Amino acid sequence: MSEQFEPVIIGFTCNWCSYRAADAAGTARVKYAPNVRLIRLMCSGRLDPTFVIKALAGGADGVMISGCHPGDCHYIDQNYKALRRVLLLRRTLKGMGVEPERIKLVWASAAEGMQLAHEIDSFIEEVRKLGPLGWPKWNETDHGSQTIDDEQAPVAHGQEAEVTA
Amino acid sequence: MSENEKTPNERIGVYVCHCGSNIAGTVDVVGVRDWAQEHLGKDGVVISRDYKFMCSSLGQEMIEKDIKELGLSRVVVAACSPHLHEKTFRTAAERAGLNPYLTELVSIREQVSWVHTDKEVATQKSKSLVAGTVKRIIHNEALEKLKVPINPNTLVVGGGIAGIQASLEIANGGFHVYLVEREPSIGGHMAQFDKTFPTLDCSACILTPRMVEAGTHPNITLLTWSEVMSVSGYIGNFSVAIKKKARFVNEELCTGCGICVEKCPKKTIDHEYEAGLGYRKVIYTPFAQAVPKFPVLDAPNCTYFQNGKCKACEKFCPTNAIDFTQQDQILNVEVGNIILATGYDMFDARRVTNYGYGRLANVFSSMEFERLCNASGPTGGEITLRDGKTKPESVGIIHCVGSRDKNYNNYCSTICCMQSLKFAHLVKERTGATVYEFYIDMRTAAKSYDEFYQRILEEGTLFVRGKVAEVSDAAREPHEKGKLIIQVEDTFIGKQRRIPVDMVILSSGMEPRADAKQTGQLFGISCSSDGWYIERHPKLDPVTTMTEGILIAGCASGPKDIPSSVSQGAAAAARVMDKILQKEVELEPVRATVNEEKCSGCRICNNLCPFSAIAFIEDLAVTRINPALCQGCGTCVAACPAGAISGTGFSNEQIFAQIDGLLMSI
Repeated sequence: MSEQFEPVIIGFTCNWCSYRAADAAGTARVKYAPNVRLIRLMCSGRLDPTFVIKALAGGADGVMISGCHPGDCHYIDQNYKALRRVLLLRRTLKGMGVEPERIKLVWASAAEGMQLAHEIDSFIEEVRKLGPLGWPKWNETDHGSQTIDDEQAPVAHGQEAEVTA
Repeated sequence: MSENEKTPNERIGVYVCHCGSNIAGTVDVVGVRDWAQEHLGKDGVVISRDYKFMCSSLGQEMIEKDIKELGLSRVVVAACSPHLHEKTFRTAAERAGLNPYLTELVSIREQVSWVHTDKEVATQKSKSLVAGTVKRIIHNEALEKLKVPINPNTLVVGGGIAGIQASLEIANGGFHVYLVEREPSIGGHMAQFDKTFPTLDCSACILTPRMVEAGTHPNITLLTWSEVMSVSGYIGNFSVAIKKKARFVNEELCTGCGICVEKCPKKTIDHEYEAGLGYRKVIYTPFAQAVPKFPVLDAPNCTYFQNGKCKACEKFCPTNAIDFTQQDQILNVEVGNIILATGYDMFDARRVTNYGYGRLANVFSSMEFERLCNASGPTGGEITLRDGKTKPESVGIIHCVGSRDKNYNNYCSTICCMQSLKFAHLVKERTGATVYEFYIDMRTAAKSYDEFYQRILEEGTLFVRGKVAEVSDAAREPHEKGKLIIQVEDTFIGKQRRIPVDMVILSSGMEPRADAKQTGQLFGISCSSDGWYIERHPKLDPVTTMTEGILIAGCASGPKDIPSSVSQGAAAAARVMDKILQKEVELEPVRATVNEEKCSGCRICNNLCPFSAIAFIEDLAVTRINPALCQGCGTCVAACPAGAISGTGFSNEQIFAQIDGLLMSI
């Protein structure tokens, strides 16, 4: 059990709905897996796709983006722009050999602590199934294959994996 | 990388809070403190401390002392959510001479200790979060709050008792109020009730003086038969477009004499005020004490509008006030604050099909019963069966219709127990009938409420504890013939009972307005999963919302009785006046700015701003952002291909550095 892969998830939440949903989950003592670390943005529309690439490049195995429900955006409709960017980003990542399932967009209102916790848990399970991110190692030129076999995977991500081991 | 260029010559203090055992119970606080001191020194951490309650004055003083004595230039407090104590610590830092925006909170309570159980993992996560914020704060800039003047006018939406109270408080304080009500008269649901619990004073008698006061107050512009169409702007400076629907009555000329109503030859069922039990004319005032007194012409039902003939009202009007050519008008008003007192809808008892409302004639909804009791109602206050003459000899009152039921609404509507007890009293008093109350739990928790319950018990009302399964007219025994049979499990004796009665009253609960979500979107506030508006804090900030300048009062945020609605109206008014008296409002300086040297003039950002804060300067071929209009969402920042727009407080450098910190090996 203790040997199972523990993915590292970076989450981006908007200040108004989803960060408050995380607060609400805390206040209600709703338990969820500790693999996620949240970054607060004012709006999901602030999500620069490079944040996601940066997180993945830095060792995250998945990135969750969370905003207000469509129509409920504190900034009227900026969460739709987040939606567009995420869809495009998933396609781009797919082209780069990264499973698009590593990026998840979640709508959560300030009242939905329970739902957010549930979404976090299910996303962690999805990423756990995908395994560590097989990001090409730019500095290991002779490696040839992009696939990292099972034994190497924990080593490649050993340090990050230990964060939550 | 660019974020590493800024070498940390900052002096950072890290403060880890135990929050009693709230954090320390799940996180090794001392471990986090030592780790930060040891491993984040290269990032500029010069001191790391822990304390039992960092938000206490001693905790704050400790930070202030360090800022002064150790010359800290940045402060990171690992404690609760920034939504709770960010202001506390930023103010403390400011007292010590540090710009408040150089202090950041790390939420290791809501995001760690309260949601995780494994202490080791929780401690590691706390370290990551602290590392993220330490790396981020190096890039924080000293910011100044923006100050904008506040418009002293206020918009109150909804003219029920909560809205009336809020309007009167503000108006009496000397400030102007626009009170908008979509019905022809203010008064709300309270105007429909007969008696109010627990005092049993007549609802109209206590309400109408307030209505008249609101209608005649020099500081209140009353806009009934009107609806808010659009809202733009921000706290202190909202622009609101209000549609004043055509009344077809010239308010300047009308004296409210009522001759038009008398002469109108057409009647229609009054669904709004009489709950479908009575009729009203096509030109009408909803009730005798309506404020304003001007009638409204119901155009879709009017004979003249249907086939071009009649005009009886116009012929008989002594002041020529009837105007068939009147059009809807759009009024634009400027206000500084908005109070939403939009109220509730009664739960539609038809949805509980097994109780037979709408199918069995003598099953009444609670609002129908209110109108039956009311001396100005369709029966002149006689409690009768649907035939309008037979007095009931036995009455069953069913609680929790649509409330505390996972098929409809999970919440308790709070008023129905008291409402049902009031009904029991009125039935007893006026008909002498045998009254049964079918309840799940009796909830009478407010001043003088339980005493009222005791009184009703003493009056001889019969209480059956159990949720009613069905109301039917299918008799099994001779004595059930012609009656409504209430099938219920009496949980005190553990048996199924069939209780035949003449009349059933369904004590319906409250529901959010059917259009609450759209209204919320119009004003930029959101609803809970039940559909009620969310308050900024359910206990400590019940009348404000997440959107500055938009307040809520009364049942808009959940079921309430009259005293609570009145209190909320007054509380919201006090909040508004507090803002007005400050004369200017401070806005968070989280804003986007364009570096014009980097701007290529591509205009990609130009269409992204929902607040029209972005303008393209043709001469210079660059884009500029108006800081007063910018709300700081950052969408344009993320979109700029040249990286020419930066978002203060949430810059790329800050976020990149935070990602680095969060992913640091521990």
